[in-house]
Amino acid sequence: MKVVRPYGDTMDDGKVQLSFTLPVPDGAKGREAARKLVLSWGFKDCEVVHSAPLAAEFSFYVAYGKTESSIDYDSVVADEASADASMSMDEVNEYIRRNIGRKVVVVGACTGFDAHTVGIDAIMNMKGYNHHFGLERYPEMEAYNLGAQVPNEKLIDYAVKVNADAILVSQVVTQKDTHIHNMTEFIELLEAKGLRDKFICVAGGPRIGNKLAVELGFDVGFGRGAYADDVATFVVKKLAEKN
Amino acid sequence: MNSKLNLPADRVAYARELAERITAPVQDFIDGHSSVTVERATLRLAGADGASPDGVPVANLVVDRIRAADPAALEDGATVRYVNALLKSGGDVRALNDRIAAGFDVTSLPLGDRAAIEAKADEIVAGTLARIKGNREFREGKLEQWKGRNNSPLLYLIVATGNIYEDVKQAAAAAEQGADVIAVIRTTAQSLLDYVPYGATTEGFGGTYATQENFRIMRAALDEVAEKQRRYIRLTNYASGLCMPEIAAMGAVERLDMMLNDSMYGILFRDINMYRTFVDQMFSRMLNSYAGVIINTGEDNYLTTSDAYEKAYTVLASQLLNERFGFRAGMPSNLLGLGHAFEMDPTLKNGFMYELAEAQMAREIFPDCPLKYMPPTKHMSGDIFKGTEMNTLFNFVSKATNQGIHLLGMLTEAIHTPFMMDRYLAVENARYVMNYVDGFYDDVEFKKDGIVVSRAHQVLRETIEFLEHVEKTGMFDAIEQGLFAEMKRPKDGGKGFEGLVKKGPAYYNPFEKALKRELGIVR
Repeated sequence: MKVVRPYGDTMDDGKVQLSFTLPVPDGAKGREAARKLVLSWGFKDCEVVHSAPLAAEFSFYVAYGKTESSIDYDSVVADEASADASMSMDEVNEYIRRNIGRKVVVVGACTGFDAHTVGIDAIMNMKGYNHHFGLERYPEMEAYNLGAQVPNEKLIDYAVKVNADAILVSQVVTQKDTHIHNMTEFIELLEAKGLRDKFICVAGGPRIGNKLAVELGFDVGFGRGAYADDVATFVVKKLAEKN
Repeated sequence: MNSKLNLPADRVAYARELAERITAPVQDFIDGHSSVTVERATLRLAGADGASPDGVPVANLVVDRIRAADPAALEDGATVRYVNALLKSGGDVRALNDRIAAGFDVTSLPLGDRAAIEAKADEIVAGTLARIKGNREFREGKLEQWKGRNNSPLLYLIVATGNIYEDVKQAAAAAEQGADVIAVIRTTAQSLLDYVPYGATTEGFGGTYATQENFRIMRAALDEVAEKQRRYIRLTNYASGLCMPEIAAMGAVERLDMMLNDSMYGILFRDINMYRTFVDQMFSRMLNSYAGVIINTGEDNYLTTSDAYEKAYTVLASQLLNERFGFRAGMPSNLLGLGHAFEMDPTLKNGFMYELAEAQMAREIFPDCPLKYMPPTKHMSGDIFKGTEMNTLFNFVSKATNQGIHLLGMLTEAIHTPFMMDRYLAVENARYVMNYVDGFYDDVEFKKDGIVVSRAHQVLRETIEFLEHVEKTGMFDAIEQGLFAEMKRPKDGGKGFEGLVKKGPAYYNPFEKALKRELGIVR
C-alpha cells in the first residue's frame, strides 16, 4: 500500500491550487464566500490569494486549499487503452510484416455533423502530429481518411468497399452528448448489418476515454495525448490476435 | 511607413500582378454565373422574409418553386418573379411573404409589364440600400463619437453557447471586460446548410445558428453595452458556407460590423464546390463592401492543417488572392481584414523570430488592411499554464507589428468552450502586454540580414514561386490538383454544385446592378 496526497513543497502537505468564478460582485463578502465554499469541499485550510471583478455580477478567485484526503496508489487501475508502451512506426511496420503478412487497411472519419478534422488528421494524415507521423505514412498500412461530417452509414459502406481491418471514429464536439449518440448509432448500424465482428472499432477524441468507448461497444478509445503510434499498435496487435 | 524588412517593392508588385492574372479567368466565370443563394440573397434584400410552418425560408420557397416549374427559369434571376407577384398582389411585402409561406407559388402568375416591374424593383433597391447606408453612417458616427476608446489592435472575443439569450449575457460580460469585437460562432455544420434558419434559436452544437433574428438580438444587446462603456462594440458573424451572400445580406441589414469571408475557405476546408464558392463570395463581398463590413479571411486554416513554418508562403499567397478578389468586389483595403496566425510549433528554435517576421511582413505588404491575427490553437494542450505563455508571446507579436484585429487566445483552448474567467484572463494578458510594449513598433528596427529580415524575404520568394506555379496551372486546375492546403477538390465535386446557375441573356438582378454601380465595379 502506497498512500499519496498532493505535494506542494513538503511531503503530505496536501496543497491544492484552485481558480473559479462566482456569480456575485467582487469584494470582501465575495472573498469570504469563496473561502467558505472551498472549506465546504473538504479542504482543511483555505487562503483566497486573489479576486477580481469579471462583470458587475461576477467575480474571479484564486485560492489555495489543504486537503487531508489521500489515495492508495497501488489500488489504482488506469483507464488507458494499453498498459504497454506503444511501438514506434518502424516497429509497427515490422510487426505487420512478421505477424500479419499483408497491408493493414484502416478507414477513419469524423462522423455526424462534427466538422472538426483536427483529431482524425492528427492520427491519419501523412504529416501526423507533434513529430508522430500519421497512418498514411506507414508503408505497411493503407489508410483512408474520409474527413469530417461523414454519416456513419457512408463510413461503414466505405470500410466494406475497401475491405478495411479497422474503422477509426473521431468525435471532437461533445456538447449535448452528440458524441455518444453518434458512437452508439455507429455500433448499432454495424450490428444491424451483421458486420460488428468484421472490423476493429476505434474511437478517439479529446473527451473520449477507453472506458466510455468500450461501454458503447468499441474495441478501444483514445483520448487526449494519443498519437498514431498508439492507435497503430493497438490495431495491429488486436488484428494478430484475431487471425 | 518605414520598412523594417526592406522587402523588394518590385517583387511585391510582381506577386500582386500574379494574383491579378490568377484571378482574372475566375472572375470571367463568376461574371457569367449566379447561384441559388445569390438569388435568395437578392430576394431577402427585396423583402423576402419568414418561413413555412415546417421551417423552409420564404427565399428558398421562391427559388425552389421557380426551379421546379422550369429548371432553366432561374437563368433570368428570381427577383423578376417576386416583384411581379408583389405588384399583382397589391404591393404588401409582408402579405406576399405570408402567402408564399402558406404555399403560394409566384410562378403561377404570368409576368406583367416589364417596365412596371423594373420601376418597382428600383424603388425596393433604393429603400434597402438606404437602410444599409444608414447602418453604415450610424456605425461611423458612433466610432467618431467614441474615437480613441477602442483598443489597438481591436480585442476580439468569441461567444458560443448555442443559445442566443445566453450568448447575450456572455457577450455583455466580455464587452465589459474590454472586448472591442464579439463574434458569435456558428453551430457546427451550419456552413453546409443550403438555407438560413429562421427566428431566434436556443439550441446549437458548439455554437449558435446565424439567423436574422439572432443578429438583431445580439446587435441590440451590444449597442446597449456600448452606450454604457462609451465604446463601439463590433459584432461579427460568419458569411462562409453555402449561404455566403444571404448571410452577408442579413449582416448588411442588421448592422454587423465584421464577417468571416474567405474566397476559398469553403472549397478547401468545407468541401463546397469551387465554382459555387467563387460566385457566392463575389456577391457576398459586394454586399460587405457596400455595408462597410470588415471581412476576416481564413488564412489561419492553412496553418492549422499544415506545418506553420513550412507552409508560411501559403498564407501570403492566399492573402494576395483574397485581396484581389476583394478589390474585384469593390472592397477598399481598409475593409480587408486579411488573416494569419501564430501557429508554429512552440519547440521550434527561434519560432518567435519567425512569427515576428511573418506578422511584420503582412503589415508591410498590406499597410492599409486591418490585419486579423489569430492565436495559437494547434499546439494548445491541456496545459493551461503553457497555453498562457504562448498567448503572451502571441500578444507581444501582435502589438509589436501593429496588427488590426486581435483574436484573443484562450488558455483553455482544446479543453472546453471558454469559461467567463478564461476570457477575463485573456483580456488581462493582452492589456498587460500591449501596454508594456506600446512603443515597440515605432522604436525597434531589425538587423539587416538578421533572422527576422531573412525569414520574410524567404517567405516572399516562396510565395512568388508558388503563385507562378498556380498561374501556369490555372486556378481551377490548381485546386483540383491539391496545390492549396494539400486538399484535392474536383471541379464538379463538392457540395452545392447543383445550385450554380448560368446567367441567361435576360438575367435580371437589380441589386447586383445597383451594387456594381455604387461600388464603381466596371466589368
